[in-house]
Amino acid sequence: MSTADLVDLSLDDRHGRAYWAVADCWNVVRRGLTHYRRQPVLIAWQLGFPIISVLLYGYVFGGAMKSPDGGSVRDFLMPGMFAMTMAFGFMNTAMAVVTDATKGVIDRFRSMPMAPSAVVTGRGVNDLIVACAELTILAATAFAMGWRADTGPLKALAAFALLLLLRFCLIWVGILLGLLVPTPEAAGGLYAVAFPLTMISSVFVPPSTMPDWLGTIAAWNPISSTAAAARELFGNPVASDGSWIQEHSLLMAVVWPVVVTAVFAPLAVRRFQRLSR
Amino acid sequence: MDEYAVSAEGLEKRYGDKRALDGFDLAVRQGTVHGLLGPNGAGKTTAVRALATLLRFDGGRARVAGADVRRDPRQVRRRIGLTGQYAAVDEVLTGRQNLEMFGRLFHLGGRRAALRATELLARFDLVEAGDNGVGTYSGGMRRRLDLAASMILAPDVLFLDEPTTGLDPRSRGEVWDAVRRLVAGGTTVLLTTQYLEEADRLASRITVIDQGRAIADDTPDGLKNRVGGDRIEVVAREAADLPAIAKTVARVADTDPTTDEPERRVHAPVTDRVAALTEVARTLQDERIPVEDIGLRRPSLDDVFLRLTGHGTQTEEAA
Ligand SMILES: Nc1ncnc2c1ncn2[C@@H]1O[C@H](COP(=O)(O)OP(=O)(O)OP(=O)(O)O)[C@@H](O)[C@H]1O
Ligand SMILES: [Mg+2]
Repeated sequence: MSTADLVDLSLDDRHGRAYWAVADCWNVVRRGLTHYRRQPVLIAWQLGFPIISVLLYGYVFGGAMKSPDGGSVRDFLMPGMFAMTMAFGFMNTAMAVVTDATKGVIDRFRSMPMAPSAVVTGRGVNDLIVACAELTILAATAFAMGWRADTGPLKALAAFALLLLLRFCLIWVGILLGLLVPTPEAAGGLYAVAFPLTMISSVFVPPSTMPDWLGTIAAWNPISSTAAAARELFGNPVASDGSWIQEHSLLMAVVWPVVVTAVFAPLAVRRFQRLSR
Repeated sequence: MDEYAVSAEGLEKRYGDKRALDGFDLAVRQGTVHGLLGPNGAGKTTAVRALATLLRFDGGRARVAGADVRRDPRQVRRRIGLTGQYAAVDEVLTGRQNLEMFGRLFHLGGRRAALRATELLARFDLVEAGDNGVGTYSGGMRRRLDLAASMILAPDVLFLDEPTTGLDPRSRGEVWDAVRRLVAGGTTVLLTTQYLEEADRLASRITVIDQGRAIADDTPDGLKNRVGGDRIEVVAREAADLPAIAKTVARVADTDPTTDEPERRVHAPVTDRVAALTEVARTLQDERIPVEDIGLRRPSLDDVFLRLTGHGTQTEEAA
């Protein structure tokens, strides 16, 4: 076009759509990861709450508390913190999406010849990579404080896989919410909802210690299933009260995320496609 | 290539009962800046988003840069740039990282994306700030980066939706300069704005949109002429002289002059502006009628707007 363009801008026609769907996704991921490279404190912010909780419980209250089945509170607590961090992750997803949407970045992506799916897949892959980093840092912190998984590497890996599965299914919830709320400020208000939803679970205390009705809700909270399954796989105290839901946490740690994904992934994708309405 | 870089016929877009676009027509000549002017809620953004493939329209036809918007949106996306109401850039990344990211997503590949980023940073006067985070940029710099990002593939057509809203006068000037340079390079620009001055300065043609419909399409001067062309205006020193002044003005005016008593002002439309001004000035001097001021006033686009839509530019739609 203009004479000032020295770089060859001709089209790269060597690849098909499938190639670009993957390449575009990766380029969106690179952008997200560059955020962490430029602002490493981002990850500290996101891990601040679980790490402080771990320290508080581990050192301040931990000594005085015994878990119901005699194990240490610290060992009960750590997998709960892992699960809670994964659960809160949907807020990061929602926040990133709503920021891009209100800034017009999503519109810019959609007006470009890139694969539209990459906007969604890129977000998802980015968030999973970040979740892996978060789990690594949390597990290392926990380890330094004496937390141990003594069931061997395979079971430990299975536990981390279940934690990531929880994070995965909540990515869809985050994308949907991010596209629904009008502004990042409004998305901040979601914390008020997310907080109790995460707390009414077995993350901090066993549901059996709560009032009956609350305990039942807590036990059926998907986060509880993942936390309990991780405890079991790590060989940490589970504190099950013998109810069906608590005895089948491994199964439910898979079923819940599959159900959540089955419901929210189509909703999120539909919402994304409806941006052109 | 078509004669028109953008053409739309009878575009319709409904939101429930609300007709955001109601048979909207537009024709933008290659290599020009075309202004799309209208009050709040007129449908400017809707029109731009529909043409830029972001919004499916319910009826009508549109072609952009030689491709059909409805049938071939991918082709359109390869040939357009879009700058929306907010600078759509990543706040955390540096200017350079932004351009490289968008370049890779435009399928330039890493190497060409990097070269192109360097080139555009220079062209948009961002070399020094290139490696700083965008969070530290001024509004004008952000806008220029935004423009640079929409220019990565040197698009045939650039859509600018209120590119200077919220900018201070200096930043606004910077953006105008950038737009002029782009057009000098051959790009066609469709510019929406609420600033009449902006359309007047940049656009060679203007479409006025109101309630989803194009109600006028002309050059800025043509539009002004519709409201009656130039007016001669004389401000008297003494109110007592007003009748005499009116008589003098009447000799050169196209219609009976209007006398504005409180402001001691007489004005009337004229065709031959220079002859009229000379004649009136000489007569008044000959008859020794003292005047405060005498001059020609061209109608502003504000006048045009008021005449065409029956309401001013700042009218808020009662939703
Ligand atoms: N998603 C939507 N749902 C319902 N109505 C909408 C939607 N988008 C736009 N509208 C309506 O369509 C009309 C045109 O809106 P549009 O944003 O195109 O106006 P505009 O000319 O860009 O106004 P502004 O100067 O305020 O930016 C408005 O009345 C608006 O309320
Ligand atoms: Mg608008």
